[in-house]
Order: sequence, then C-alpha cells, then structure tokens
Amino acid sequence: MFLEIAGLTKRFGGLTAVDHVDFSVEENKINAIIGPNGAGKSTFFNLISGFHPPTEGQILYRGQDITGMPSHKIANLGFARTFQTTHLFEQSTVFDNVMVGHRLRTKSTLVDAVFRTPRLKREEEKCKEKALEVLEFTGLSHLADRITANISQEEKKRTAFALALATDPVILFLDEPAAGINPDETEGLTDLIKRISTTGITVCLIEHKMQMIMKLADKIMVLNHGEKIAEGTPEEIQNNQEVIRAYLGGEAIA
Amino acid sequence: MNGANIKKILLPAVLLLSLLFPLVIQNEYYLHIMTLAFIWIIAVYGLNLIAGYTGYLSLAHAGFFAIGAYAISVLTVKAEMNYWLAFLLSVLITSIIGFFIGLIALRTKEHYFAIYTLCVGYIIYLVIYKWEELTGGVRGFIGIPAPPPIGSISFDETVPMYYLVLFFLIIGMVAMYRIVHSLSGRTYKAIRNSEDLAASIGISTMRNKLAAFVLSTAYAGVAGALYASLIRFIGPDIGYTNIIFDMLIYLLVGGIGTLSGPVIGTILVVWVSQNLQFLQDYRMLIFGPLLTFLIIFYPKGIAGSFIQWRQKQKEKAIQKESAQIQGREAETKI
Amino acid sequence: METLIQQLFNGLTVGSVYSLVALGLTLVFGILHIPNFAHGALYMLGGYVTLTMMTSLGLHYWVAILLSMLAVGLIAVLMERLIFHPLKDAPPLQDKIAAIGILLFLEALAQFIWGADYKTMPTPYGQVIEIGGLTITLQRLLIVAAAIVIMIGLHLFLRKTMTGSSIIAMAQNRDGAFLVGINANKVAMLTFLISGALAAIAASLAAPINLVSPGMGHLVILKAFVIIIIGGMGSIPGAILGGYILGFSESLGAAYISNDYKDLIAFVLLVLILSIKPQGLFVKEGHS
Repeated sequence: MFLEIAGLTKRFGGLTAVDHVDFSVEENKINAIIGPNGAGKSTFFNLISGFHPPTEGQILYRGQDITGMPSHKIANLGFARTFQTTHLFEQSTVFDNVMVGHRLRTKSTLVDAVFRTPRLKREEEKCKEKALEVLEFTGLSHLADRITANISQEEKKRTAFALALATDPVILFLDEPAAGINPDETEGLTDLIKRISTTGITVCLIEHKMQMIMKLADKIMVLNHGEKIAEGTPEEIQNNQEVIRAYLGGEAIA
Repeated sequence: MNGANIKKILLPAVLLLSLLFPLVIQNEYYLHIMTLAFIWIIAVYGLNLIAGYTGYLSLAHAGFFAIGAYAISVLTVKAEMNYWLAFLLSVLITSIIGFFIGLIALRTKEHYFAIYTLCVGYIIYLVIYKWEELTGGVRGFIGIPAPPPIGSISFDETVPMYYLVLFFLIIGMVAMYRIVHSLSGRTYKAIRNSEDLAASIGISTMRNKLAAFVLSTAYAGVAGALYASLIRFIGPDIGYTNIIFDMLIYLLVGGIGTLSGPVIGTILVVWVSQNLQFLQDYRMLIFGPLLTFLIIFYPKGIAGSFIQWRQKQKEKAIQKESAQIQGREAETKI
Repeated sequence: METLIQQLFNGLTVGSVYSLVALGLTLVFGILHIPNFAHGALYMLGGYVTLTMMTSLGLHYWVAILLSMLAVGLIAVLMERLIFHPLKDAPPLQDKIAAIGILLFLEALAQFIWGADYKTMPTPYGQVIEIGGLTITLQRLLIVAAAIVIMIGLHLFLRKTMTGSSIIAMAQNRDGAFLVGINANKVAMLTFLISGALAAIAASLAAPINLVSPGMGHLVILKAFVIIIIGGMGSIPGAILGGYILGFSESLGAAYISNDYKDLIAFVLLVLILSIKPQGLFVKEGHS
C-alpha cells in the first residue's frame, strides 16, 4: 500500500468541504482529481499535505498513520506540493527561490552559520547542486539569475515545480498547475509532468483542463460537493453518467 | 562598478574610517554620540533579523533592550558580580525571556503579533517601573560600572569605550552577515515570503522563527548591556515604546531587510537629530511624517532602494544580452 | 459590600470610555483590516481640542465636545485619504508603520502646541451626589449615560440608515459590497470620521476625571487593542462587551489585588487569550 486515504472528512463550521472520501494514490502513476468549482479538491490536498487537520478519517502512507501530522513533517516524508497561486519570492532570483527547497535535507543550524563550519559549506554546496539540477530538469537554467518578478507566468509555474522537486519528493501534489497559462504552454507543462513521472515520482494533480487530464492521468477521481462520485481510468470517467451530470451546465468533458 | 567591487572598496574604507574616527575627531562629545549610535545599530540589527528577514514586526524589542540593561545593572551593582560574567549572564537572561515570550508570541501572526509584542513591551516597561525592590522603580539605577580595565586601558574613558563598542558591533555584523547568507538565513527569508510555502518544503516554521526571535533578543540584550555600561545610569524610560519607535525609524530609513540598512539609517538619523538639537522633544514633528512618507514612497529605505536600482540595471543588461543573442541566432538562420 | 458597589460603578465608568475607543478601532479594522496604531493620538487630540475650545473660546462643554468630534473626525478622514488609502494594497507591515509615524507626529504636535504638562479639564458636572450610600460624581454618571446614548445612536445609524448599513455590508464582504455598488472610498472615509469622533467624545468625557496630556492615549489605545482582540477584531458587540469586561476587571483588580499593577490586567488577559487561541477569540476558521 502506497498512500491510502480512508473516510477523509473536513467540516468548516456547518459546511462539509470534504465528505468521507476514500482514495488510494497509486505509486509511480499520475493520479488526477477533478470536479466542478467548490467540489473540495483543494481542501482535499490541504488535508493530505497537513495544512488542515481533518475532522474525520485516516491517511496512511506506507502503513504509517500520518493523519494530522504538521505539513513540514509530511514534507520530510517526501510529500511535495505546489499551490494554485504561486507564492514565490518575487524580489529574489529564480535560483535563490529554488535553492532553499533542499533545506529540509540539511542539518546545519545557526551555530554552523556563525562559524561557517565545514558542514554548512558542504550542505550549501549540496543545495546549490540540487537547485542547478532541478532548474536544468525544468528547463529554467537560462533564467537562474533573473528576478522572479520579471519572468512569465509559465516560467513561474516551472519555478514552483523546481522548488517542489528540490525537496527530493516521493510524491508530488500539483494544485491546478495549468491555471492561467495558454494552450502552447500547457502542452509544455504536460510534457514536464510526464517527465517527472518517469523519474519515479508519483504525481497527484488537480486540474480543470480536461484535455490535459485525459492525456496525462492513469487514474482519475471525481469529487462533487465534497463527495467522491467516480473513480477510474480516463475512459471510464468519460463515460460515467454521474460525472457527466455533475458537469452539465458547467464545463463539458472533452 | 559591480557588487563585488563595491564590497571590496567600500567595506574596508568604512572600517578604516570607523577605526580612525577617534583620531580625526578629537571632540569627546561627538565620540560619545558615535559610540551610542553603534549601540543602537546592534539593537537595530536584532530588530532587523526578526522584522526584516523573518517578517515578524516585533514591537517588544525596547523591552528586551531594557532587560539587557537592567540585568547587567542588577548583577553588577546589587550582586557585585564580575563584570564580564554579568555581561554574559544579562545576554543569556534576555535570550531566555525572549525564548519564552517568542514561544507564545510567534504562534500569532501579522496584526496580532504586532499588537501582542507591543503589549509585551509595555508589560516589561510596567514591571520595571513598578518593581522597586529590584529595579529602583522610577529612580532607576546609578553607579553602573564601566567594563573593568584591560592592562592600562580604562573603559571609563571615551576612546577605549568607543573601540570596545565598535568591537562588539563588528562581531555582531560579521555574525549577521554570515547568518543572512547561510541556509538558516535563506530559511528565514522563505518564512517571510510565505509561511505556507515554507512549510510545504519541509521547513519547521515555528522552530526557525523562534531561533530568529531569540537571536534578535540576544542582540537587543547585548546592546542594552553596553548602553548601561556606557551611560552608567538607567531609568525605566529605556524600555518605553518611544525607544522601539526610534529603532523602527533607524531601520526604515536605512532599509529594512538589508545588511547595510541598520548602519546607514542609525548613523544618519542620530547625526541629523544631533543637528536638530534645538527641536529636542519636537523632533518627531519631522521624523514622524518622515517615517510615514518613507513607508509610502520608499518602503525599502536607502540601502534597499539602492539594491533595487542595481538589480534593475542588471536585469536590463541581461535582457539586452539575450536580445543580442536572439538577434545573432536570427541572423545565422537567415 | 459598599466598596464592591463603588468599584463596580467605577468599572462601569471606565468600561464606557474603553468601549467607545474600542468601537472606533474595531469599525476601522472591520472595513480596512488595518490596526490603526494612531487611534490613541486621535483620542489625545480629542481631549486637547475640547479643552482649548472651553478655555480659550469659553465655549460650553457640550458645544466644545461637538466641535472636537468634528475636528478629530476630519483629521481621521485626512489620515485615511493621505496614508491608509495609498497603502491599501501594500504588505501588512507597511500600514502599521505608517500609523506609528502619524502617532509620533501628532504627539509631538500636541506637545508643541499645548506643552508637555498635565492639564485639568473643567466640567459643569462636578457635583457629588449620593444614591443609597454611594457617592458618585455627576461627571461619572454622565459618562455612563452618554456612552449608552452614543451606542444606541450608533446602532440605529448602522442598522436603520442606508449609509450605515453600507458600512456593515462592506465589513462583512468587501467584494460583495463592491458588486452592489457601494462606494468603498466613501465608506472608508465615513468609517474614519465616526472612529475619530468616537475617540474625541470618549476623551472629552474621561478628561475631567483623568487629565489631559500628550501621552494620555498610550495606555488607552493599547487596552482598546486588547479589547478588540478579546471581542473579535471587527466585531461591534464584541468591542462594547470587551470594554465593559476590562473596565470591571480593572476596578475590581485595583480594589482586591493591587492598585499598582491594575494596568497590567489587560495585558495579562491578552497574553492568556492569545496563548490559548493565537487567532484571538471568536475567529471563524478559514476556508480554503
């Protein structure tokens, strides 16, 4: 068992954002979560990555119960994520943004900083190498020294990917990676996600662009009003009556 | 002139200037003011670490400054302890109190943190003011000793004290430089940028914020202890909110979140204030609006604006270069 | 028993003043989400303007208060236009520091114009009356009564008039208010006007039993912050209730614990509350 989610529920006051959802994320595959706006997809991500404690339910990672664990500890287990809106440090360079991503794999403290210990130097070198490696992988090497505020939206998305990859993740959660970018760029990001998957990282993504999902995903779960209404391969989902009903009047499934 | 050159020329020049200052300026009063300014710089570096680099506006730092000053006074005057032991202990006491306050205060964010620390600062002031048996209440402390003489160098005199404070300042600056450029410093900046993002890349935000906060209170403690030893008498006023507002002005004029900002801002404002002596209590008629004006139009202060300007120049150069490369590529294609 | 009742009445008086100051602060926070650190300076100005109108122009107490409310209200509006409006999209650090700048300026200005010494404000209501063995100055009774009248007036204004309900609408939902055509600028200015006027009348009512000085706003504003954190930032009933709670705890604390440390009560309360609930009391859990 890789990542097992059982009966996951989150209530905000009287509102149930996620309602008893069972889901198993499959290792080394691209898992997708779709659903109309306000279906509880982002909340679902926030619960798994430890940003909100669930009201009910359990999350098991390789048999270990990680329910309610704080997000930085979950990240240490190998969970990385991106956000719908990128929170990058705009006044800093792309390289500086990405370099701190490998911090969680280092141990140096303030004392190391003040005395410039060999450990700090070694770990800084490690973080730099990692940053260069993920920038290369995401096709951003030529932008490393640019100020983040001055690069394009799609390049910022890639930077956010690079930052997440710098943590050496086992599983990568992507929250609407293609929101706000044009079709050509979406194509490029789709390729990037595929390449990430081939390196052995499990991908789990939320997306609205159906074409992209159908091309990418090995497995899809559909949420509506916080409840799981369907799960299966892209073909199965495309032909599922309940899914079509949920989307009727909303976006059509292409 | 690029960044490396500026550092290579400007830094030694400033260092040399600060070393030669007592030889050039023979006026004892000016030396005293400069020594005082150096002490404020140390305190402002502390504030800068937590407010500028970590993004938490602490308004309790005048309180920590006062704790440092009162701790060394109590230990040397009342307990008659060895000066340097007392010095070390005062910094330790300040940091320990900082640790416990930070533990609670740092769970709050933004407005709550600012209000919370403002209130903590006021509590510290009030306790100092009311706890007469320990602090002397409104009368404060007199007869605080100067650091003990080393050989024939007596720190009763202005020049040796100047160099002693400068020595602490340089250590403080080197340590701060190293911290800011280390992985720890990058971690603090990541927290300032976005705590959610920092947590998502595995950073324990609480532990790091606490480390930054405690260290920043230690800087305030060092400054407070030095202040008490320089001025030799203290009253509860040094913990009042006016002091934190002064520090904020120094930091913002110089540039919050920059390494040179505390030095530039403090020295500039302290010297301008000296020349506005005739205004005395009314100097805030100028500095109050200045603070507001700066935060609206130049929120990065002097150093920050300069850094931003240089960044822009660099960006332009990069863009030009890439345009040329593209141009050349286009030509070869043709 | 008598001291208890006496202290309870003192608590009611002090609580009334706190509530009025906290009301202005919470209104501004509700609309613009900024903690106005300069609010204490408005309070202080209110005291001085009323005092000057009475002593220099020989105006009646109530006329002086009315003019003071107007003057301080306009200063607050000016503050909104010149400082908070330009900073409305800036990082949260900036509006706080800008407010501190104003605070420093206004205090220095007051000291420049009126001097640093404490001044007493005369009141036409200096008589002492006795009700059932309780000795009360008329001024204190007036504070309690005036506060209640103002609160009822404010309630009616916010609930029963179009202009008033636009303030409530904007506090509840900024974007929604914009969609239904509420002019955000107007509402912000109006809120600052009310907030300044409330600070001015609170100071003018309290001044005859306290004193007028450039630093008179320091403690009051800090306590008002504590109150709106207790009552929920932006909540109107919370500010009123919190004001009275603090007033009572202080007067009882002064009588039964220690008069020296009574000013600490508010801050100890705050430290306790934020230690247990870092987001303050009565905060809705975020939904994202």
